[in-house]
Amino acid sequence: GLGRWAYADAATAGDALYDVPRFGNVSVLHMTDCHAQLKPIYFREPNVNLGVGAMKGKLPHLVGEQLLKAANIPPGSAEAHALTYLDFETAARRYGKVGGFAHLATLVKRLKASRPGALLLDGGDTWQGSATALWTKGQDMVDAAKLLGVDVMTGHWEFTLGMDRVKEIVAKDFAGKVDFIAQNVKTADFGDPVFKPYVIREMNGVPVAIIGQAFPYTPIANPRYMVKDWEFGIQDDNMQKMVDEARAKGAKLVLVLSHNGMDVDLKMASRVSGIDAILGGHTHDGMPVASIVANAGGKTIVTNAGSNGKFLGVLDFDVKNGKLADFRYRLLPVFANMLAADAAMDALITKIRAPYDARLAERLAVTEGTLYRRGNFNGSGDQLLLDALMDVQGAEIAFSPGFRWGTTLLPGQDITREWLMDMTATTYSYATVTPMTGETIKTVLEDVCDNLFNPDPYYQQGGDMVRVGGLEYACDPNAKMGSRIQDMRLNGKPIQASHTYKVAGWAPVAEEAAHAGNKPVWDVVEQWFKAQGGKVAARKVNVPRLIGAVPNAGYDA
Amino acid sequence: MADPMRIRAQASGDKAVVRVLMAHEMETGQRKDSAGKIIPAWHITDVTASLNGKQVLAAEWGPSVSKNPFLQFTIKGAKAGDKVAITWKDNHGDSRTDEATVS
Amino acid sequence: QYALAFNKTAFDAKSIADALKAYGASAPVESKDVTLTAPEIAENGAVVPVAAASSLAGVKSILLLVEKNPNALSAKFDVTDAVEPNFATRVKMGQTSDVYAVAITADGKAHYAKKEVKVTLGGCGG
Ligand SMILES: [Mn+2]
Ligand SMILES: [Mn+2]
Repeated sequence: GLGRWAYADAATAGDALYDVPRFGNVSVLHMTDCHAQLKPIYFREPNVNLGVGAMKGKLPHLVGEQLLKAANIPPGSAEAHALTYLDFETAARRYGKVGGFAHLATLVKRLKASRPGALLLDGGDTWQGSATALWTKGQDMVDAAKLLGVDVMTGHWEFTLGMDRVKEIVAKDFAGKVDFIAQNVKTADFGDPVFKPYVIREMNGVPVAIIGQAFPYTPIANPRYMVKDWEFGIQDDNMQKMVDEARAKGAKLVLVLSHNGMDVDLKMASRVSGIDAILGGHTHDGMPVASIVANAGGKTIVTNAGSNGKFLGVLDFDVKNGKLADFRYRLLPVFANMLAADAAMDALITKIRAPYDARLAERLAVTEGTLYRRGNFNGSGDQLLLDALMDVQGAEIAFSPGFRWGTTLLPGQDITREWLMDMTATTYSYATVTPMTGETIKTVLEDVCDNLFNPDPYYQQGGDMVRVGGLEYACDPNAKMGSRIQDMRLNGKPIQASHTYKVAGWAPVAEEAAHAGNKPVWDVVEQWFKAQGGKVAARKVNVPRLIGAVPNAGYDA
Repeated sequence: MADPMRIRAQASGDKAVVRVLMAHEMETGQRKDSAGKIIPAWHITDVTASLNGKQVLAAEWGPSVSKNPFLQFTIKGAKAGDKVAITWKDNHGDSRTDEATVS
Repeated sequence: QYALAFNKTAFDAKSIADALKAYGASAPVESKDVTLTAPEIAENGAVVPVAAASSLAGVKSILLLVEKNPNALSAKFDVTDAVEPNFATRVKMGQTSDVYAVAITADGKAHYAKKEVKVTLGGCGG
């Protein structure tokens, strides 16, 4: 059943959900990884988010009912729908779309009204993920974030607009309004800081430090040439230095606005002391409860606020006698039907989209199945891209990156150009066709698999496994690098190490690929849609046979 | 003649942190050119540093030090105004010396 | 005036043990008084920032080595009374490997710290 709100009207349900009593004297609102979604969307959470090693069975590696149990949330409720994939289609039709900056703005205003001085923190992945963000070089999101009242931000995909564009926005658009912070981004020559490492803001008489942690592996997960003069990395030692420096300057509460990914945040919280809370992003984990991590200096709260504008994290702190005494944490889902659109934000979004409306709305097909992306191994939306890349280019195998952004469509919905761009819009989305030996294919799969399942989170990059079309394989997540990928087959026949296969892919990180004259991936996929006759059947999702990893609280078949 | 080094020497307390960027190919001797011929190794072999004319550091480098090498070290007892000089020599017999003032 | 010291035998050595032997050092023992700073994952295998330091008494030299490079030794720094036993540079790595910082003390003993640095193909993302 859909629980106690199933028959209440949306506004009443909204009041119950969003009526969060104020607590303490310092409050921060946390959004992250909205991936440029200005309008409400559907977003299906994963049914596979495996935890390996010490991470097994722990947040954020819980899915479905296991996650609800950990947070004591009744199945069928609006919150349960926001947090899980359970009964997705029915619940999505019941509760409607999520996110949208106009609805988020209403929620932010409501919470700021009850929490004087509260700051709005944006964890990044804000300027990428939609057609308009790509076409305006992030300007749409910069303007929307300013109107929303973002106070402090850090970044990841922002950097794929290139160093000059990032510097331009920080120096011009954000001047005096938004602080872009990152303690772990330095110049590649002498290691000078590129951004402010932290800011100290006073809230109700309490000096609060917010330290920025940009995505440490930006030059690896994304094209290095886009950030060639900068160095990233986790930089624990410098983080400790910044914490100590901020405390020495009088900060009584020290927060980290992080784009590490949650497993990295949990490890960092155990190694650095003096951080009161890490508000994390990148891994898109909507965490209904905070994790508490012990370290040499005490305890650190770790949270993560999901993705796509679907959630707003609320952290209220009671700072007494110069230190944190107690806190409250809530992760609020943003239901468009329960929060009226803010008029000013709605007007801005309409204005931003006006020049592109016709292009965005163009219908490419109707989908008969649900199209989504999230999950460790594959999603039906990824499968659609794989099928299109193979069919159009005559490739026998296809790879699609394990991105965690991209929105969901319900059966019967139109596949518009806007959705296709939501799934593919980056500044380097070239479609490639590469001859690869069986040995190379194995090397690639092993490499990505280790980025996902290395038992030490500092060796992970926080995406999902590369999605694979054509090729079938088995995966043993607990094995060592080099032995995780097994039994690779094409059309039932074992892959030959020395045989060369035609492999399609997109979003290459190598610089040469940017100058090879390849078409953007959306052009290739649109060609495929044209051949489908208006309808796209539900996709048969190709996932590896798992060895040894299940049962796992992060796995629902 | 090789390009000059970029040197930064900053005093902090009773020591100075010196950071140097040298311009050098640091060819490994492992790579092949387009014709399949091995490109011979060409790399800095020796680096020395001095404070006010007195040697404080000697280093030996192989070809696996990165292109346009970076070096950081800390001189004890150095103060603002002191002169730091860095010299490198490569396996072709080429060498270069540059000087900076501790600030 | 100074003598140029480049020890070709040490830099031609394939293994860490042979490189150390070329400097007359014994087999290295792990020491918490040696620190190696290096990234878990290299942003660029051609430019991996590494730093080595030691708090041991009587350190004569500090070496940086990459186990799986064709020649293990990358750099050797001689410590004088005028510099701290703490050096940073950037090295090339052909593949994922343990990186070693080795401090050789006056008695010819070698002490090390190591860390695995992953060299990855890249390209994925949250
Ligand atoms: Mn990210
Ligand atoms: Mn993201």
